[in-house]
Amino acid sequence: MQPDPNSHPHLAPGCRLGENNQQCVLLMPERALRLNGPSLEIVRRCDGKHSVQQIIAELQQIYSKAEPERVETDILGYLSLLQEQRALDFA
Amino acid sequence: MMYRPPSRRVPHSRMNNEITNPLALIAELTHRCPLHCVYCSNPLELQSRANELDTQAWLRVFQQAAELGVLQADFTGGEPLARTDIPDLVRAARTAGLYVNLITSGLPLDEPKLDALLVAGLDHLQLSFQGAREEIAAEISGTKSHAQKLRVLEWLKSRRVAVTLNFVIHRRNLDQLAEMLAIAESSSATRVEFAHVQYYGWAFANRELLLPTAEQLAASIDFFRRAQERLRGKIRVEYVVPDYHAKYPKPCMGGWGRKLMLITPSGEALPCHAAKIIPGLKFENVKDRSLREIWEISEAFQKFRGEAWMQEPCKTCDRRALDFGGCRCQALLLAGDPAATDPVCTLAPTREKVDALLAAIPKAPEPKALTTPAWLYRPNPAT
Repeated sequence: MQPDPNSHPHLAPGCRLGENNQQCVLLMPERALRLNGPSLEIVRRCDGKHSVQQIIAELQQIYSKAEPERVETDILGYLSLLQEQRALDFA
Repeated sequence: MMYRPPSRRVPHSRMNNEITNPLALIAELTHRCPLHCVYCSNPLELQSRANELDTQAWLRVFQQAAELGVLQADFTGGEPLARTDIPDLVRAARTAGLYVNLITSGLPLDEPKLDALLVAGLDHLQLSFQGAREEIAAEISGTKSHAQKLRVLEWLKSRRVAVTLNFVIHRRNLDQLAEMLAIAESSSATRVEFAHVQYYGWAFANRELLLPTAEQLAASIDFFRRAQERLRGKIRVEYVVPDYHAKYPKPCMGGWGRKLMLITPSGEALPCHAAKIIPGLKFENVKDRSLREIWEISEAFQKFRGEAWMQEPCKTCDRRALDFGGCRCQALLLAGDPAATDPVCTLAPTREKVDALLAAIPKAPEPKALTTPAWLYRPNPAT
């Protein structure tokens, strides 16, 4: 399931950022995901203001040395993973 | 900046012998409960209200848990809402930095109480169901409770909180799966859990009436797979299979003393819900020791941590890092030895005991019984 590039992802109820052992984590019912560089950059932008397309563009800029297609594929995959976990809603 | 693909899970040590920090704290706040479920996970010996930890003691526990690296606190009971200080406890756990789950029957709830919990910072509410209809719910819980749960679901629709519905399933209600799922779909839940009864405590006493038939089990697994597929991205459908029917044991609690710590209403720290049935184990109380001390050096948490305690076939089995030898309490209940391989495992020398239990299950669910089965109901603790 691929997210619509024009939709605006935001964290679902009961999902929020937290911290554990100086590491950022995404807390959700019965689960927690540790967020590293790119995943944290993605989740931070899931604020209902950024569209999927904007998130992709901004990360391609931050990670300008990585292949842009690779960054896009990873972001789309990660967003659909978060949606399957019900950590995201799309407006 | 260096680019790495986004991470997908919380890494937790794979080394069995290493002490890791606990990730979840199960706070059994009270054993008082308006329900009397025949499969209650509380011990047969219930703690009285007079022995319950006070508010200040729980506040200290939450603080220490967060310092120890715990991420989530599960408020459970009994019925945790039987405590009047529950909004204060939610606020304290949240302020300490924990993610707060409330596991409730919903019976003591009304809209003002619900709002007080949300204002205090409740992250996730898990509402337990005994079936899809009033009669079965009343039979299983010994109380009229179903209509109130449906009311709670209505209140939750207009409020911002994560909701999980938890259906405990067994032979007597496995024919209601479609209706259960329909309740979840008409609610605001993002997660629904179908948990087959696990046979400890009250459920162990009632297991002959609860164990599903092989046909029921196969049909249920098929049902859950289709439900997961159909609801992908809408509702997370999770199920826990009854381990008597499995080939290998469950990795009980994610390994003894590896991920979870349970605090009883009176403050004893246990590695799992049923650990007190294991003879000879000494449990520390949070009134006397810090959580860190209990986690790292107490006898009870060290006893079955790692692999040194294992017997054959676990000791040399490739699966020992996956299931940690299964469940210690089940080994005691069925094999008479808490250090034995979980008898559920098909490699265990005692597997025949489980097979005998399965062979005794009636082939088809009983036709509409003329009399109510002889359930052993869980009573309320003394005051």
